Amino acid sequence: MYRTDSGKEIFIIDGHTHFWDASKENQKNIHGKQFIDCFYVYHSALSPPEEVWPADKFAKYSAKTMYEDLFVNGPDDMAIIQSTYLKDFYKQGFNTIERNHEMAKEHPDRFIINGAFDPRDGKGALDYIHYMKETFDIQGIKLYTAEWRGDSKGWKLNDPAAYECFELCDKLGIKNMHVHKGPTIIPLNKDAFDVHDVDYAATDFQNLNFIVEHVGLPRLDDFCWIAVQESNVYGGLAVAMPFIHSRPRYFAEIIAELLFYVGEDNLLFGSDYAIWTPKWIVDKFMAFELPEDIAKERGVELTMDIKEKILGLNAAALYDIDIPARKKKLKAQERVAEAV
Amino acid sequence: MTSQAAMTSDESLSAVFEGTKEHEVWESLAAVTDPELDESVTALGFVTTVSVKERAVFIGFHLPTYWCAANFAYMMASDMHRAAMALPWVTSVCVELDEHMYSETINRGIAASLSFQDTFGDEANGEIHLVRDKFRSKAFQQRQELLMRYLLARHHTVESIVALRMFQLDVLPFEDDEGQRLSARYREIRQEFGGACESDNFAFVRLDGVQLAVDTFDQYLLELRSVRINTQFNGEICRGLLAARYGQSEASPTEVRVAFPALEEQQARDSLKGT
Repeated sequence: MYRTDSGKEIFIIDGHTHFWDASKENQKNIHGKQFIDCFYVYHSALSPPEEVWPADKFAKYSAKTMYEDLFVNGPDDMAIIQSTYLKDFYKQGFNTIERNHEMAKEHPDRFIINGAFDPRDGKGALDYIHYMKETFDIQGIKLYTAEWRGDSKGWKLNDPAAYECFELCDKLGIKNMHVHKGPTIIPLNKDAFDVHDVDYAATDFQNLNFIVEHVGLPRLDDFCWIAVQESNVYGGLAVAMPFIHSRPRYFAEIIAELLFYVGEDNLLFGSDYAIWTPKWIVDKFMAFELPEDIAKERGVELTMDIKEKILGLNAAALYDIDIPARKKKLKAQERVAEAV
Repeated sequence: MTSQAAMTSDESLSAVFEGTKEHEVWESLAAVTDPELDESVTALGFVTTVSVKERAVFIGFHLPTYWCAANFAYMMASDMHRAAMALPWVTSVCVELDEHMYSETINRGIAASLSFQDTFGDEANGEIHLVRDKFRSKAFQQRQELLMRYLLARHHTVESIVALRMFQLDVLPFEDDEGQRLSARYREIRQEFGGACESDNFAFVRLDGVQLAVDTFDQYLLELRSVRINTQFNGEICRGLLAARYGQSEASPTEVRVAFPALEEQQARDSLKGT
């Protein structure tokens, strides 16, 4: 919970978090090492110096560390966990849905745990969606289109096999598709970060919501053009937000673009934990004011009401979270925990 | 990593190597850009090593992450190879990309003078000119916006900018190096986009050559703004990641500086308050 100076409570849903195991023991090959090294470079490049972790802690942290960083020392009330498998890089996977449930079992009301599918598995992907729905009652999916699998270096949202998966998700009421664009979609002569497949899928599946993580970066401009036309396209702010510390003016430029094109109802805060911890990001975001010249040129504002939407209300709407009821429940649980 | 790795800024390189063959190579590489960021590969700190033995040149470079897009990595490697080969005394060039998911493939392809398609075989189904063109056109828009904002901040009117002809741009007096640089960069790329650029043609036109109009100018500037912000943001990420990955101080953004009329007025007001 974040409390403003005037005492107003802001309910925070962290839209993008992970509980990974990238330890040496779990790395399968050089790519597994380079994958977590790359995350660590993002972490150390964009965190305030006092928030930088040692590399070994970053590779594997405990459920307790995560809970404390998000909910005890951090301002989050709830967090969405994204499952990412990467089984070609990590022996037991990077963070599977099972591992995430194991982490969350003591605090189920704090977490929304999303599944993942890979349309290259064909019928296996459809079976897996059924399994995740029946076993974990998932409401959302993390899609990592750049995942390497055997000889394949990625897939697209408008591949026919992906469409079969979306049809099934639609039928089962799994509404929220969190899309992450990575760098190695084949053929390599095309733009690997191209976001136009989101446009096709969002047009063809109007019942589904497409939350484009990292707001389409490094193709923010292309993403904005798509999002302006599709009301079921959302922007996840992970990776963009940490710039609020190191490059506040760039952050202002980005958030102004997003408010103009994507809109205040379609943006979701995400810390991308453990790449960044939510406390300093939320503190800085709450204190942040859009510079006058940028606000004026783009014709947007970033009011307290809009911040509240970005930090929690928009995600609550996507995941049908009744905030007053959830608040009450979490408070009651805290009291029980304190009494023990 | 070699001892030259730390010396990535243009200034220190010029100082160290001036008058040598290495210096000539560095200068030729300074004209090679990252196609996505439209910035020089030397200013970005990507080039780590240049060494020369008689007429043979070795160029080492690295990128902000192991996962940087393979097509851009290939383009930079091949452009650097071409730039160094263009020096009259050079007979052979070896370009080596370090610590990248496609290092081996790219290094082998460049060494054998293979096209992009032949370098990547089944992983490509054509050449990269479409991606190159797309990002070059974004570079045009970005350079144009920067120059127009520079002029707007210095009391040029929208009417005068829209009506400006190429020959007028050529003789426009600039009060500082920044204006000279922005203008030179724009004129270079104006030859590739926006149709004819003879002395009588309009200096500022859309990508497709359509003339700008006064009443839609603000809207047009906002369109360009989106492209430029994205590129600048990516440049910032790349610089930060490179510095974190290789422990260097961040290369300074010498290429892109934005003139915000409103911001500059604000700064002017602030400085007045301070006195």
